[in-house]
Amino acid sequence: MTQARYKVGERVRVMKAYPPGHIRTPFYIRGHTGTVERLCGAFPNPEELAQMRDGLPAQPLYRVRFLQKDVWPGYKGPDGDVVEIEIYQHWLEKA
Amino acid sequence: MKDTGSYKPLTYFQLMEVSLRELLVEKGLLTEEQIRREVEDMRGRTPERGAKVVARAWVDADFRKRLLENGTKACEELGLDVPALKLVVVENTPQVHNVIVCTLCSCYPRMLLGIPPDWYKSRAYRSRMVREPREVLKEFGLHLEEEVQVRVHDSTADMRYLVLPMRPAGTEGRSEERLAALVTRDSMIGVSLAKSPGKNA
Repeated sequence: MTQARYKVGERVRVMKAYPPGHIRTPFYIRGHTGTVERLCGAFPNPEELAQMRDGLPAQPLYRVRFLQKDVWPGYKGPDGDVVEIEIYQHWLEKA
Repeated sequence: MKDTGSYKPLTYFQLMEVSLRELLVEKGLLTEEQIRREVEDMRGRTPERGAKVVARAWVDADFRKRLLENGTKACEELGLDVPALKLVVVENTPQVHNVIVCTLCSCYPRMLLGIPPDWYKSRAYRSRMVREPREVLKEFGLHLEEEVQVRVHDSTADMRYLVLPMRPAGTEGRSEERLAALVTRDSMIGVSLAKSPGKNA
């Protein structure tokens, strides 16, 4: 498996990329910065699995917490509201 | 089975299902009996399983701690097998309200809640819950104070999520079984609270 690069509490940015194929990184979160909430373990890369390959080495998977007000312009709720999303390491970079 | 009812043409997806099923059987990959059993098992999984987990967490603080640390392992203690995926349990408190959505498809903790409701899979729920959760929760009849933080969990990859709702007031001394009766499917998705103990609960 690929070594986990980020620690809980670390700030990370989701890559702003638009590759074709089966992607588990939601469109709306690409390019946004959040905080690592936890490391979930390592899982075969779903983009590779979708191409009938083994998806190995397994990719570390994180839960990343984003402030809603950073994600949605004009978010109507309080500033403290958050959205938490699972993101694979190869989609993250240090913020 | 022989069709004796009135004739209606199959929909696109029904036709796909029949074709795929018959092919799998024809090629010897599955038997009709295996498919029937799988459907039966799938229908047999209901939110009562999740309610059992929640009720235990309400009465047993150590179990609650283990459940929040590792949902999959804690469920195994209750004889609930949650295979091939990891369960993350998120706890509602007076300060935090959690709600689950899968914006990419319709990931759902089926082993604990059974088959998801249609609205969970609808485009409206999936797109709106993530960007205006408070408005959507209001439409479900849940009005949250501004002081309560809303945490939306977008179930995008290998984890599955279960909300641990708050234990309702006035339930002190209730048996685990009677507590479980207050835990609804919707409260474990996070679009409502657990039922208050009324005359009928």
